[in-house]
Amino acid sequence: MEKFNELKSSVVPLPNQDIDTDQIIPARFLKSTSREGFGKNLFRDWRFDSEGNQKKDFVLNDPLYSGSILVAGKNFGCGSSREHAAWALYDYGFRAIVSSYFADIFTGNALNNGLLPVQVSDDFLKEIFNKIEKDSNAEIYIDLKEQLISVVSTDLKEEFEINAYKKTCLLNGYDDIDYLISKKKAIEQFEQKHQEF
Amino acid sequence: MGKTLFEKVWDNHIVDSVEGGQEILYIDRHFIHEVTSPQAFDGIRNRGIGLFRKDRIVATADHNVPTKNQHLPIKDILSKFQVDTLIKNCNEFDIELYGLGHPYQGIVHVIGPELGITKPGMTIVCGDSHTSTHGAFGAIAFGIGTSQVEQVMATQCLLLQKPKTMRITIDGELDDGVFSKDIILYIISKLSTAGGTGYFVEYAGSAIRSLSMEARMTICNMSIEMGARGGMIAPDDITINYIKGREFAPKGKEFDRAVKYWKTLYSDEDATFDKEYSFKAEDIKPMITYGTNPGMGIGITSTIPSGSEVENNVSFQKSLDYMGLKAGESLIGKSIDHVFIGSCTNSRIEDLRIVAGFVSGKKKAPHVTVMIVPGSKQVEAQAREEGIHRILEDAGFELREPGCSACLGMNDDKIPEGEYCVSTSNRNFEGRQGPGARTMLVSPLTAAVIAIEGKIVDTREYVNQQVPA
Ligand code: SF4
Repeated sequence: MEKFNELKSSVVPLPNQDIDTDQIIPARFLKSTSREGFGKNLFRDWRFDSEGNQKKDFVLNDPLYSGSILVAGKNFGCGSSREHAAWALYDYGFRAIVSSYFADIFTGNALNNGLLPVQVSDDFLKEIFNKIEKDSNAEIYIDLKEQLISVVSTDLKEEFEINAYKKTCLLNGYDDIDYLISKKKAIEQFEQKHQEF
Repeated sequence: MGKTLFEKVWDNHIVDSVEGGQEILYIDRHFIHEVTSPQAFDGIRNRGIGLFRKDRIVATADHNVPTKNQHLPIKDILSKFQVDTLIKNCNEFDIELYGLGHPYQGIVHVIGPELGITKPGMTIVCGDSHTSTHGAFGAIAFGIGTSQVEQVMATQCLLLQKPKTMRITIDGELDDGVFSKDIILYIISKLSTAGGTGYFVEYAGSAIRSLSMEARMTICNMSIEMGARGGMIAPDDITINYIKGREFAPKGKEFDRAVKYWKTLYSDEDATFDKEYSFKAEDIKPMITYGTNPGMGIGITSTIPSGSEVENNVSFQKSLDYMGLKAGESLIGKSIDHVFIGSCTNSRIEDLRIVAGFVSGKKKAPHVTVMIVPGSKQVEAQAREEGIHRILEDAGFELREPGCSACLGMNDDKIPEGEYCVSTSNRNFEGRQGPGARTMLVSPLTAAVIAIEGKIVDTREYVNQQVPA
């Protein structure tokens, strides 16, 4: 997993609420057996029509907006457990998602892939959207160590929460498996006394 | 202080606690399927490690399989490759596979319970969010991402932050024509799709206790649709009788010992929950969804919400535009193009019995296509044994072979753009059943009634026409 320390980037705004994993990557594109290449079908049915032509009104097709931070409406990533959603966002080039609420499984999947979900207050989210509406080049700065998100060259800033263990993993590029494997002894000991009916 | 059901099972599986509030949780059963496992197997191979406990893994092919001519090679090259990859991986790592052609094959959340693999007090995971289904037995069961599939393969454990606890109590008696699907759609419409985020839910109350195991599974299945990690119901005699005698259920003395333990699995009277809700069974009507998430549900005779609060909400408007519906509108009388009866929510034998009981001797409306996809080979076989297949075929319903099918539209079973599908599945997201498909979630009886009438009607006006199958 790539390390994540800090990130400064212009942003892509997607104010829709309840963006579910079927929108992020529709099921019919889940037939690949590798982790790569899902970015081209990210938000497939919002981005392209049935003939594969770009839909002009969708933000990813709007030359005004670009960057590695996606700012999305409340309850981002609800729906299925498909990690393909996190892979698709990452593969497309996003490194952080900002929203006022994230679905649980999505949060876990994102963190396991070096994609940082930054949960901000509803008000702060609104302020970011307002700012981007006025200036499409507005930049956001995310400092993981300080757990701080700010809108560059404004005094808009907010602290965000992240699980301390997950934060260490991201800062160092570790994943859970390495850690769990190092605990094998304890797991085997647990199995000795664990009874399953 | 007493413990909740969830806490009893959770605490029983903690291997160790980690700084930062994470815990190492031991996993008793791991179900895998073709879509979310290949990358995990690659990870295991790349790390040069084997599976930690292969006997705790059970595999099936369900998400991506055709529901017609399963004995023939899969036509779609990518689907075939994915299913073949599962076979190859299961062979290489020596995992029990109930693949196509196997009498136990079926949707993962249907086969686990019906084979007696799912039991009270277990921890169960699968790379699929509806793993919550197994919670109906008093197990902690939840969906995981592929990185976690790899973690469980490598260590039989997961690193997790303990979720908060919620109890939802439904007391009272359900009206005729109201089923467990209506209960859960009602709950989600009250709590919204994010109302359960961060929580593990226990369903309790007399209305829940009176439900059969299959009906309880329908409720726990959709816990994820309110954002909850999972849902559970304390095991009781209904649970125990369901498990008894199943293929992998404990037998003889072992069963008695198990029952003794299972009977300790309930929330203590003095246990506290982080959040509690209670609802009256009598308030629940046959439900239907009108929007593009499962929280957008109403009683079937109610009108779609209106007023400035919802109508100024961009997401609400976008959703209604997608569905071709208007705020304040009633759905009664609306013509429907397709009916899908299937998915891990409602594809079990009781669901098919309810459908057959109603459609017996009737014919579907000519303009409606009706697809019934049983949850498993065993459900399919049982339906044939009971003659249900003939009743359905006589009504013009098409009975397919088991799989996820039009629940997620990964195989050929898709709903065409702009057309309305009344579905017993669990998600009405945009494009879930195919690009542009318009999904409305309902119970199996409501689906059956609509299939016959060709339009949305009040299920309750038809309940007397139900005959036992
Ligand atoms: S039937 Fe639908 S919800 Fe259930 S496991 Fe299959 S795809 Fe998932």
